[in-house]
Amino acid sequence: MALVTPDNHGLRLWTRYAVLVLVAIIFIFPVVFMAMSSLKPDQQLLSDTNSLRAFLPVGDISFQNYSDAFDRAPIGVFVFNSVVITGVTVLFTLFVCSLAAFSFVFLDWAGKGLIFSILLATLIVPYETIFIPMLLMVSQLPWIGAEGLEWGWLNTYRVQIIPFIADGLSIFLFVQYFKDLPRELIEASRVEGASWWTIYRRVVMPLSGPVIATAAILKFLFMYNQFLWPLMVVQAEEIRPVMVGLGYFTDQLNVPWGEVMAYLTIITIPVLAFYLSLQRVFIASVASTGVKG
Amino acid sequence: MASKLTRSNRAGWLMAVPGAGLIATFIIIPFFLAFAFSLTNQRLASPNPTEYVGVENYTDLLSIAIFTLEPERDEAGNAVIEDGEIQYPRLRKFTRNNPDYPNLQGKREWFSWQSGENRTVVLSSDVVFMKALVNTFTFVIFVAPIQAGLALGLALLINQQLRGISLFRAIYFMPVVVSIVVVSLLWKFIYSPGDGLLNSLLGWLTFGAFEGIDWLGQTGTALPSIMAMSIWQGVGFHMVIWLSGLQTISPTLYEAAEIEGSSKWQTFRYVTWPGLRNTAVLILIVITMQAFALYAQIDVMTNGGPLDSTQVLVFQAVERGYGKQDISGGSTISVILFLIVLSISLIQRWLTRERSSSEAVARKKKERT
Amino acid sequence: MKMTPILAALLATGVAGGAAAQTELSLWYHGAGSANAEEALVNQLVEEFNASQSDWNVVIETFPQGAYNDAVGAAALAGELPDILDVDGPVMPNWAWAGYMQPLGIDEAKLEGYLPGPIGRWNGEVYSVGLWDAAVAMTTRRSTLEDNGIRVPTIDAPWSLEEFNDALATLAATGDYEYPLDLGMAWTGEWYPYAFSPFLQSFGGDIVDRSSYATAEGVLNGDEAIAFGEWWQGLFTNGYAPGTSQDAADRDVGLLEGKYAIAWNGNWAALPVVEAFGDDALFLPAPDFGNGPTIGAASWQFGVSGTSENPDGARAFIEFALQDRWFSAFSDGTGLIPVTSSAAADTANYTDGGALEVFYDLSKAQALVRPVTPGYLVQAKVFEKALADIANGADVADTLDAAVDEINEDIDANSGYGH
Repeated sequence: MALVTPDNHGLRLWTRYAVLVLVAIIFIFPVVFMAMSSLKPDQQLLSDTNSLRAFLPVGDISFQNYSDAFDRAPIGVFVFNSVVITGVTVLFTLFVCSLAAFSFVFLDWAGKGLIFSILLATLIVPYETIFIPMLLMVSQLPWIGAEGLEWGWLNTYRVQIIPFIADGLSIFLFVQYFKDLPRELIEASRVEGASWWTIYRRVVMPLSGPVIATAAILKFLFMYNQFLWPLMVVQAEEIRPVMVGLGYFTDQLNVPWGEVMAYLTIITIPVLAFYLSLQRVFIASVASTGVKG
Repeated sequence: MASKLTRSNRAGWLMAVPGAGLIATFIIIPFFLAFAFSLTNQRLASPNPTEYVGVENYTDLLSIAIFTLEPERDEAGNAVIEDGEIQYPRLRKFTRNNPDYPNLQGKREWFSWQSGENRTVVLSSDVVFMKALVNTFTFVIFVAPIQAGLALGLALLINQQLRGISLFRAIYFMPVVVSIVVVSLLWKFIYSPGDGLLNSLLGWLTFGAFEGIDWLGQTGTALPSIMAMSIWQGVGFHMVIWLSGLQTISPTLYEAAEIEGSSKWQTFRYVTWPGLRNTAVLILIVITMQAFALYAQIDVMTNGGPLDSTQVLVFQAVERGYGKQDISGGSTISVILFLIVLSISLIQRWLTRERSSSEAVARKKKERT
Repeated sequence: MKMTPILAALLATGVAGGAAAQTELSLWYHGAGSANAEEALVNQLVEEFNASQSDWNVVIETFPQGAYNDAVGAAALAGELPDILDVDGPVMPNWAWAGYMQPLGIDEAKLEGYLPGPIGRWNGEVYSVGLWDAAVAMTTRRSTLEDNGIRVPTIDAPWSLEEFNDALATLAATGDYEYPLDLGMAWTGEWYPYAFSPFLQSFGGDIVDRSSYATAEGVLNGDEAIAFGEWWQGLFTNGYAPGTSQDAADRDVGLLEGKYAIAWNGNWAALPVVEAFGDDALFLPAPDFGNGPTIGAASWQFGVSGTSENPDGARAFIEFALQDRWFSAFSDGTGLIPVTSSAAADTANYTDGGALEVFYDLSKAQALVRPVTPGYLVQAKVFEKALADIANGADVADTLDAAVDEINEDIDANSGYGH
């Protein structure tokens, strides 16, 4: 595969595009099915699933499902909550985990090896399996808010954010990436008298576009898809996230499939937007990584 | 080799503390609590006091016994054969309240095989758990390499300089963006029996020769169907990681390879692949972890059925801990899962350490010269 | 429009600031997003109660049904239960036993003349009361049966096991249907024990021994239970009913579209059938498999949480709700069964000659509550899995044995659940 010099002539170009398109179809057809179904009344939606019509905007097409869905559940509230919770968590994660990884890779300090091994081990604990002890704990934790010291984190945004800021996987991602950065660069800055903080901010992070994007997407997806935890710790509808909101549609006796598809389409948009905004970072990083090697 | 330039206890600690502290508070402490629960009879809701029970929860899950069934014999002492099959007494005669076989009490057949006239039966005290264990391993063994391999293929495919390539990249990434719960709901439609989407499509491609399959309703196809969907959903993400690895390989190496007239395969084998070593380790570990944590697909699509063919460990942990209010049982599964994945990742790290460091040295040397 | 509860709460707190003496009561309700009238009616009930007196102000929080029990469990663990709980009838003993709920303390004379299902009793005390009940019936069309020479059963003379099997065989032989019987296998969860354990009971078995609630041995794996299991498996091996992989959408519309001849379905799904088939619609009693015909009873009910500091207020709210006019209103809005005959007379569907009147009679004649024990929560799940496994071809006796073992282990692990 010629990776650098483009070789774009006639037939070969055609076959390349053919392969790309074929693979693209495999990856996109369920999403097309979702989006098209959201425009159809339930009965047509279901009968269309046994033909190619499932992927086409044909028949009785309207945005009725969308307006019904907004009547059924406060979708705007759910999406807003999820975007806030997810966005804030991602920002904190990127900072806290990259900082820790920086310390693990570039600095030497007593106990580093041990602590790193322990942190790494935590990345194999599925969250689902520790939610009950976590719940017992967060219901007792203190917080200093507008009204002074209070106890218990339930029914707040913070209980959906703070426990998920730091995780082994994000640290691990940064560590793996930082290891590949040229140490000479850091040592040179150190010789010039730059503080660690400055090196982190001015030297390392600007070179870390790809891993920042990767870690951000991974965290975004994890947070946006949270279901079990918000269910346990949040009772008020005003701070409920999107995945709990899905139950407003799927927990019905006669599931309104058209509205389900509309809801799924709506809640997919923020993630898609987030990815597309980061894709530029990926592309930009192609140029920036040319610096090293 | 710690140089003076990098030694800094105070800064090191300060930078690591926010992350390490949060992980200690919200993962490590709860995990140890879960471990403590696994040694008790803790329930989710109960007026009864919690008691320490030692390793009982572990033995309840892990006990197995081997038992040889002798055929039913007629008066002459010959094995009774009906319809060409040797007849055996029912196992429940031995496993239910039979004082002669206390070690079989409450156990069930896990699997068995024929040895001569006799049948050897392996019994387990918790067959569902055992099946979950086997299914989880099966899932990991198939999904990890296939997903990693396909992701690399996609990354190479997408790492071309063509018009509109970023559009394709976005499309390949699309399933990752659509959350796993959403994807599972959609694929339930696709796998729907009878005239579901996939059956209709296959029927159409084979001009009607294809007979509809009940993909999620048969023990033979349920887990493979979930595997296929999981790979489809996750492969785009790992493609992106491979891609970022590919992009760290210096273009000069490719130019050199081209000048030396190496074939595409040689270029891949001697330039691309060595440059991806760190990425490969990362991907292998991440995929393995994610595969072991399989949960949402099962919860949405099959609930572990049919006949436990899609039971997996995390689903069982959640089902017991929350659904059946048995926190100690659920926690025990979590601890066992942790120990399994920990040993596997230790093995993985040990296997990849030697080679990757020597490789790195070799690479460094090459780059310097 | 969905903002109403929040707005109402905001307004209410504003009002509460003015009228100082009002105490706030929280109410949790399981039906978030249900587009039918139920949620609107619960909101109306709360508003009218709040307007009717000045001591209490009820604030409602709604949850999606699938998440509701988990949310309550988590809240109890964290000590954050509301004052008034909405509880599914068979789950109530578990919550009462665990301390999530306290006795209602209501004058039982007020419950005179109620259907048995909506009254939740545990340990001799009333813990919860429902504003409606639900019932299931063999839903079909008169023409379907008559065209195939199948007798139309009545409450006094239901189908016998043989008659029912013959009917299924006859309907299967016509080839007009994908399956003659739709059991609703697509509805996982509580539907299995609710809809199918009555079959087992009619065979003479049960989920657990109701005389002691200490074991399932002999009732869930005895000869009667095994006979039930073999029959159950036969429904699927004979191709009489779609199995566990049934498409949820088919469950909803299969009967209406003619894919199925008979559907075992609840009264909540009855109105569309009446709309579609008119006078041809039939709602038939459960067959008698030898031990009398039974159907499940008890739906969602209201109770007072164990940690409520204002049980008086919670009780006042529930008593306010226990009026015929609410029973009628809920019935008219949702198609559910009103709990008193006087309320039934005031409804559109359950009055004399009403389209769904038969469900009231079914509920009265055949209803049997699910096992009244805190262990039901686990037993229901074990039963569900056993039935799904048997439907998928597992060995009947072994599967039921395993279910018995799991139920008994759970009872032991909970020191007998306080029986």
